[in-house]
Amino acid sequence: MKIAVCVSHVPDTAARIKVGSDEKAIDPAGITYVINPYDEYAVEEALKSKEMLGDDSEVIVISLGGDKNKETIKKALAMGADSGVLLKDENPRDSIGVAKALAEEIKAVGAELVFFGKQSVDYDNSIIGQLTSELLNYSCISVVVKFNVNDSKITAEREIEGGREVVQTELPAIITCQKGLNEPRYASLKGIMAAKKKSIEEKPAADIEQMSEVIKMHMPQPKQPGRIIGEDSAAVQELVKLLREEAKVI
Amino acid sequence: MAAKILAILEQRDGFLKRSAFETVQQASQLAKDLSLEAQAVVVGENIENLIEISNYGIAKIIHLKNSDLSSYSSSGYTSAISDYAKETDADYLIFSNTALGKDLAPRVSIRLSAGCIIDCIKLDCSSGELVATRPVYAGKALVDVKLNSDKKVITIRPNVFKAVPLNTPLNPEIEVKEISSPDLKTKVIEVKKSEGKLDVAEADIIVSGGRGMRGPENFHLVEELANVLGAAVGASRAVVDAGWRPHGEQVGQTGKTVSPTLYIACGISGAIQHLAGMSSSKYIVAINKDKDAPIFNVADYGIAGDLFEVLPALTEEIKKIK
Repeated sequence: MKIAVCVSHVPDTAARIKVGSDEKAIDPAGITYVINPYDEYAVEEALKSKEMLGDDSEVIVISLGGDKNKETIKKALAMGADSGVLLKDENPRDSIGVAKALAEEIKAVGAELVFFGKQSVDYDNSIIGQLTSELLNYSCISVVVKFNVNDSKITAEREIEGGREVVQTELPAIITCQKGLNEPRYASLKGIMAAKKKSIEEKPAADIEQMSEVIKMHMPQPKQPGRIIGEDSAAVQELVKLLREEAKVI
Repeated sequence: MAAKILAILEQRDGFLKRSAFETVQQASQLAKDLSLEAQAVVVGENIENLIEISNYGIAKIIHLKNSDLSSYSSSGYTSAISDYAKETDADYLIFSNTALGKDLAPRVSIRLSAGCIIDCIKLDCSSGELVATRPVYAGKALVDVKLNSDKKVITIRPNVFKAVPLNTPLNPEIEVKEISSPDLKTKVIEVKKSEGKLDVAEADIIVSGGRGMRGPENFHLVEELANVLGAAVGASRAVVDAGWRPHGEQVGQTGKTVSPTLYIACGISGAIQHLAGMSSSKYIVAINKDKDAPIFNVADYGIAGDLFEVLPALTEEIKKIK
């Protein structure tokens, strides 16, 4: 079976974000880009599924973006994925635009099981997997913390407020992965060497009309620093008084 | 015929969630601002508090009913809602950005060829069209976005738009529509609830612990304070990665981004990823030994002291007034 995993290349979570001069996107200067943290769970689950399903399975990594996304594809190849596809587009596009291009490629490679991170930590959209599933008429389970596939039946647990839902569905399916699903493997030296020989196919991403438009990117109002009331439990009475009488929150 | 907005409401175990009323109120506000006709739509079997919707500004309530849809089925709910939206030619759909809303809204948007903006924290119609503001990079920056599509789907972050009941509720008009043979290809077969726990994403007050708690065995201090406040327990990434707390409690960039009324950070130094996830809280209290910790830069009130003394004292003090 063909298994696809869709990955994005995002600023490291430790990055300080500045708005770029066009006020539409961030200023990339000085920012380190990494594989989206949730996508590491997706790659791991794709590899585990391949191991479970047997030798004739194949893991294909797909990423949409600029040339720099190849670093993230290589990271997934070094972890053990078989081949990569870069859908080239240097310009930002909205989530439906991303989903449409990915859906086309998933169809082209014929993947029946597709893993995504549950959201990318740049635009925090958390909907690309669900959008793609509808475009392909695939089943989809989002925010998955436990996954099992047996024949064409899938049982997964997804995180909801205050608990988990146990969900059943069938292949073909898209799964979006949440922290806790697995422990992503490190790329071994052997894996890194092997990745150099694996192919990354490059092709232009399908051109799609955008439905949403960023008018302006801006920084949140900085929070005014407050005050340190005291240093020990003597400050506690004062704190409770302030929370009751000034903030009126308790 | 006026253009329509549908507020898609979430029920669990037959009760509408608090976030549902926030959605009703925002739909009602958009209806006023953009001259739309508002309807509230709920999918499920028996729903106990349907009538409460009218307290928040929408009189027309549509109940899409089927016993197989009492618990969530992404395929079934998507079809039921999309079919109703097509039937009524609805222009706007608004959901709450909960686990269910985030799962459902994008699917419905594809069925309707609608654009989709999720996790909005501000809706502005002053230019005559809807401009939504949403956080990106976990709140390190914000974007103002508009949709150029004819049909529009948005989700609003829970807890940001507070629901306040009207002085005089509207006269509710409930229409029940039976859904025949729903698509149950993807179906929830069981819900495993975390025992009596409030989720950080929905809580009005959060008490969070970090590495300063020194070990999982000390988190009872955080839990006790959370209990007296009726608060949810949160955690920093460091303690989740160390296995002290479940990841469902993690606040910050690879956890949950939260905006409660009160956020109490205990033994959390304030890494940039954590600050991004909680800085939009209305009031922040920090309790930390190190008075130079970055968390004090965003805290309204701070106690620079030993949390093993301060936390029990604070719990006792709050017990007195409750």
